[in-house]
Amino acid sequence: MEIAAEIILVEDNPSDADLIKRALNKNNVANKILHLKDGQEVIDYLFGEGQWKGRTTTNTPKVILLDLKMPKVSGIEVLKRIKSNPETKGIPVVVLTSSKEDPDIKECYKLGVNSYVVKPVGFEDFSRTVAQLGLYWLLINQQPKW
Amino acid sequence: MANMELNDVQILLVEDNDDDAKLTIHALEKNKMEKNLVRLKDGEEALDFIFASGKFLETRNIAFPPKLILLDIRMPKVNGIEVLQKIKCAPLTKAIPVVILTSSKEDPDIQKCYNLGANSYVVKPIDFEKFALTIKDIAYYWLKVNQPPSLENLYL
Repeated sequence: MEIAAEIILVEDNPSDADLIKRALNKNNVANKILHLKDGQEVIDYLFGEGQWKGRTTTNTPKVILLDLKMPKVSGIEVLKRIKSNPETKGIPVVVLTSSKEDPDIKECYKLGVNSYVVKPVGFEDFSRTVAQLGLYWLLINQQPKW
Repeated sequence: MANMELNDVQILLVEDNDDDAKLTIHALEKNKMEKNLVRLKDGEEALDFIFASGKFLETRNIAFPPKLILLDIRMPKVNGIEVLQKIKCAPLTKAIPVVILTSSKEDPDIQKCYNLGANSYVVKPIDFEKFALTIKDIAYYWLKVNQPPSLENLYL
């Protein structure tokens, strides 16, 4: 059976990934999250390559939550790939990172990120922010159909 | 200096329909998010405001953009698509979050807006209460959750 994920979470840090999934689950979207652990995996998923060979790539997610600092392929590189390809350009990408560095923020906007969210430090704030983020991109925002 | 507030705008609402504008502003007021809001009625005015030209030549500085632009698509003079395109093509304005807020559910519009770099596309709910809640969620997300780049060296 093929997964039609609504949210793709690209996060190499297991404890952050856990927190994010738990916060999103409060909006009852547990079964629609696909967690990928590095930049290469998400590229393979989106373009139907590697272990995702043969996937129907027209099943695009409603949003991709993308960490920046990851092994193999960085978040910036992934963002560049997504936003420079007409097939994937329309997928909303939210960078969700602990980096508050302005050069990172600017670079992401320059590459066409839809939104940039800094992970709040406290557990409560983190959880609230992620819940709001999930609500916005799943229920309020309208993504293109392919 | 005169009109400093035009260089410290939180939300720029570009909407030609008075009823929709009223509803939007009312929803923002209810949630105390109407501070420093400017409403404009067509795309030409919006471009003048954003690029500090025309009637806003004296009162606006392009380096101090609004924190969020809510942009309707179908408007007189210059439509929302064209406004979006101009914002997202210019290095100084490209990073301003633009949320398309429209009654158009037509997919070609959605696709086109994303391709031009819209940050988000929201279809106006018909139901009054839903509309108000949606506006609240949009403002909360873009003003409190999203992190814009700093104003220093805004050139992208």
